[in-house]
Amino acid sequence: MIEVKNLCKHYGDKKAVNNISFEVKDGEILGFLGPNGAGKSTTMNMITGYISSTSGEAIINGVDIMENPKKAKSFIGYLPEIPPIYVDMTVKGYLNFVYDLKKCKLPRSKHIKDVCDLVKITDVEDRIIKHLSKGYRQRVGLAQALIGNPPVLILDEPTVGLDPKQIIEIRSLIKRLGKNHTVILSSHILSEIQAVCDRIVIINKGTLVADGTADELANNMSGDHKMIAQIEGPRKDVYKAVRNLPDVVSVVADMERGENVFDYEIETKPGTDVRKALNKLIRERGWDLLMLQPNILTLEDVFLKIITGEHEMKQALSEEQKKNIATAVDIHDKVDAAAGDLREVLEGIEAKKKAEAAAAEEENASEEETAEADEVSETEETSEAETDAEENKGDEE
Amino acid sequence: MGAIFRREMGAFFSSAIAYIFLGVLFEIAGFFFINGTLSYGTADLSGTFGSVFLFLIFLIPLMTMKLFSEEKRQKTEQGLLTAPISITEMVLGKYFAALALYTIGISIFLLFALIIEFFGGVVWATVLSNFVALFFLGAAFIAVSLFVSTLTENQIISAILGFLALLVLYLIDSIANAVNVEFISKILKTLSFYARYNEFVTGLFNLSSVLFFVSVAVVFNFLSVRVFEKRRWS
Repeated sequence: MIEVKNLCKHYGDKKAVNNISFEVKDGEILGFLGPNGAGKSTTMNMITGYISSTSGEAIINGVDIMENPKKAKSFIGYLPEIPPIYVDMTVKGYLNFVYDLKKCKLPRSKHIKDVCDLVKITDVEDRIIKHLSKGYRQRVGLAQALIGNPPVLILDEPTVGLDPKQIIEIRSLIKRLGKNHTVILSSHILSEIQAVCDRIVIINKGTLVADGTADELANNMSGDHKMIAQIEGPRKDVYKAVRNLPDVVSVVADMERGENVFDYEIETKPGTDVRKALNKLIRERGWDLLMLQPNILTLEDVFLKIITGEHEMKQALSEEQKKNIATAVDIHDKVDAAAGDLREVLEGIEAKKKAEAAAAEEENASEEETAEADEVSETEETSEAETDAEENKGDEE
Repeated sequence: MGAIFRREMGAFFSSAIAYIFLGVLFEIAGFFFINGTLSYGTADLSGTFGSVFLFLIFLIPLMTMKLFSEEKRQKTEQGLLTAPISITEMVLGKYFAALALYTIGISIFLLFALIIEFFGGVVWATVLSNFVALFFLGAAFIAVSLFVSTLTENQIISAILGFLALLVLYLIDSIANAVNVEFISKILKTLSFYARYNEFVTGLFNLSSVLFFVSVAVVFNFLSVRVFEKRRWS
């Protein structure tokens, strides 16, 4: 059990970590998220007693890390961002050293062998760490944290440098460990956090901005209603028709999936359902609907939203800030719309240019033939002019 | 403390440091032994003991240069500082590892004495008192250069600063003589490492000097601990 209460770390005027509180229950895996420099590692360093806190407390299994560091540290297995491994030692030698360092009481050779088996480094246990790849070093670092079977594990990006197979192995290992350990896990890989963690804490600029399960966070954040429709049909027409459906707020078509096939991100008014209308429209026009997917807010979206400050969670924003955000969102929407219009205009111009080029070519060809048949060319030219005009008309639409 | 002591001893001997330190020390001591004792046909080892002082000034920083600086550079100190041991234990583990290597090095003098003993006439009391002095002098020097090693994460800088620090301690007599103010000169003279060590070489066992060396070792080890404490709190 880990209790973090009002933890602060100030470097001069800079508040690296500002008033963070959370709790991790026994047998819980807590995911620790945040952009680079948010204060994740600083917080972990404070919990593990590597650095002191400016104020606040971190309590591990009921022992304050500042008051009784030796005892509190004995509960923790810590894998820092850079594994603290001595590269001039063999894996076995190093783990034996850690065993001594932690004053371990478990049967030595059996325990070390068990840990090696757990993180799958048994085959390299006699090699010098210097000669191991990054993935193996990372696993030696993890082994080091597991020595002594501490009840609390704090892992700072444990899967960095591993190949996909190893990542899956380590994840399932962490999940298994989570059953009888308290785990704090930080990672940049959101899917990893989602796959492994029971609960997620997001910090940004040193403050805690979200705390909850992945689903809770996604629900809390679901301020918008989007779906993605993959439709086969002329892009311009589809765009326009969909945009004109009732209750549709905006349409973005930027993912080309094939010839005449596009993904359209459709945002609708809250509490409305445009699926039927959309379906009807597509049938009427003779297009094809290839896919329709509600755009469920992924953890990525939640994370980005929180980090970019679009959505306020616990932090109450001032009125002015709210207004600024609203303006920014408004401008963003307008720019988006304008960009869509501009794209249409550009496409029109391009089509026009193409048509003109084609016309000019035909003209050249016909000029060569003038001597032979003047009358015929005249009629051809008129018909060309007609088609040109038609096309221009179409573009303007 | 035991874990760190064993690791450092292992690291000394699995890297070149132990071999270079011991090799150079044996070479220098051997040279003075042959040149100053054997070639004169005397059983007196004082000259050999006396000559080695100057060379310790650069040999000891070589031995201690990486003990903390390398930990800092490789970020391995994080493992030590989050382990259930105190900072004092960590510093002392390293200190005693260096002291143990140093003791192995200066044991060569006992071997020299045994060689002389072969021809008879070694005054063991003098040899042992010299040995004790050399041991405690080293104990003080190691603490000083180990402290320097906590200040930087560059081994070379650590070695050079350690060398400079020990050089100042060596030159304290000359500085004392150059200072005109009498009480400052007096204070500096009581701090003189060389004068204190020389007393032993001339055959005088001075317990206060032993205490002086031990105090220096304690103070600088304490300062090393403070460096880590300070960094933790900054």
